[in-house]
Amino acid sequence: MRLAAIGTAAGFFSGLFGVGGGTVIVPLLVLWLGYGEREATGTSLAAIILIAAAGATAQALYGNIHPLKALVVGAPAVLGVVLGAAFQQRIPERFVAIAFAALLIVSAAFLIF
Amino acid sequence: MDAHEIVAAGALGVAGGFAGGLLGVGGGIIFVPALTLILGLSQVDAEATSLLAVMGVGLVGAWRQYGYGNVRPRDGAVLGLLSVAGAAAGVALANLLPERALQLLFAAFMLWAAVSLLRRALRV
Repeated sequence: MRLAAIGTAAGFFSGLFGVGGGTVIVPLLVLWLGYGEREATGTSLAAIILIAAAGATAQALYGNIHPLKALVVGAPAVLGVVLGAAFQQRIPERFVAIAFAALLIVSAAFLIF
Repeated sequence: MDAHEIVAAGALGVAGGFAGGLLGVGGGIIFVPALTLILGLSQVDAEATSLLAVMGVGLVGAWRQYGYGNVRPRDGAVLGLLSVAGAAAGVALANLLPERALQLLFAAFMLWAAVSLLRRALRV
């Protein structure tokens, strides 16, 4: 039930603001479902595959996607995510939570101001 | 695109991907400005184009995290599928309610989540 609520809320806010669902999914998996931080981030990435695929398909129909520019940003990003995930395994989960809280506070500030 | 732009956008790509792997987010928060400010896309096209990069981050990130034993695939599938449905509702509601109220609501959620995560993390 809570899992369903989290998924729907994540999609809802990503539809509203174009943010990825990760900012909703990760904290709620930790706070509501007792996930460890590493598990929450890993499972969030799996959900993001589907969210991004659906969004990209819709946007492709409108002709809004520039594949070459996606590659310029996305190919290095794939390298980055391998490094980020590896780094995450080497730090305490508490630090992941603190870094995530910082991301949330910065994002909230951008929305407010 | 000249070489400088490719290098700068690529560097932001690495940063966004790293944040994605570390924090379980897609990285769009960094990809979108890279695409508008450096590669000259409009906001709409940048958000659309960033989704392809986010897909790459999700695929490779989930694969790596699965290897580390940190993915619950069934929960991920449920979250992803319901998010797609929720997004349709979000788009519809965005056109009905004042944007400022929705922004403040989401900001309030993020601040609550940040405080809760910090209290939990610092309790030791």
